Amino acid sequence: MNEAHVDFVLRIADDSLILGHRLSEWCGHGPILEEDIAMTNIALDLIGQATSLLNHAAALQGEGKTGDDLAFLRFDRQYRNLLLVEQPNGDFGMTMMRQFLFDAYRTILFERLQSSSDEMIAAIAEKSLKETKYHLKHSSEWVIRLGDGTEESHNRIQESLNTLWRYTNELFYADAVDDEMRNAGILPDLSELREQWEKTVNHVFDEATLTIPTNNWKQEGGRKGMHSEHLGYILAEMQYMQRAYPNMEW
Amino acid sequence: MSSKEWPLWEVFIRGKQGLNHKHVGSLRAADAEMALENARDVYTRRSEGISIWVVESNNVFASDPSESQEFFEPADSKIYRHPTFYDVPDGISHM
Repeated sequence: MNEAHVDFVLRIADDSLILGHRLSEWCGHGPILEEDIAMTNIALDLIGQATSLLNHAAALQGEGKTGDDLAFLRFDRQYRNLLLVEQPNGDFGMTMMRQFLFDAYRTILFERLQSSSDEMIAAIAEKSLKETKYHLKHSSEWVIRLGDGTEESHNRIQESLNTLWRYTNELFYADAVDDEMRNAGILPDLSELREQWEKTVNHVFDEATLTIPTNNWKQEGGRKGMHSEHLGYILAEMQYMQRAYPNMEW
Repeated sequence: MSSKEWPLWEVFIRGKQGLNHKHVGSLRAADAEMALENARDVYTRRSEGISIWVVESNNVFASDPSESQEFFEPADSKIYRHPTFYDVPDGISHM
């Protein structure tokens, strides 16, 4: 088993899993029926990606575990997702802002991963890219609509941007795992990932008349398993059934 | 309808190449782009379509049900308008 390889797959998988779970919390609570369905559609796309990726990670581990084991039976320190995706939903604007910051990054990442030497990753990236491009279209249009909307919608989504901006630096987190994956050809060159992301983000914020906060304080840790207090609550809800009734299926 | 409510849109979907767009329902949206995306999410989740039209319901000019007698009933008695008096030759399908 190549530990870096598993870690690398878990990072992508856990982003999908945790954000998918977060979005699913909107089910039945959307501001309008159509958005309720849109958000749960996106949640299902993400959970689908997580399923493929976690199954792949489990196979790479070679310990006879399944993707479900990885989803439901790890402890918080073993999750590798970004801090951004575990942040609470807040109001609808906050959810759309979180989604937009993530989608803009994810689209570029999946574009690059299509040429990964790990054929499973390349295939999952190709399939997921189509979904992610739509997610980005959806979330960026909402950011523009709310930012360039009424005074209240503008102020509220600007507030969301101010809150979430500190988690964006972690999108470009890189360590020894990334080096090893790059050397193996599994992770294509990600230089200019940040430049491209900034281009998308600046373009949308321009149209949305939103301002990137000048406070440059950044927070990270999710990629190493150091999470905010929110992840524990997510896992408590997500894992309850498997923990209470081990091996149950339905 | 309160003025705060978003406009109503009619949704038309083309099921597959060669078929017409068919009316499938309606939804509310603030603008055309949002209507299109909502239609995609609400009406094509199970691969029902390859093309979507949305039309603001305001723009649909409809026949008046109270005029249905003069509008539609005269056609009922004109059976000669139906091409049912011809023998269809063997080998012609889909007629």
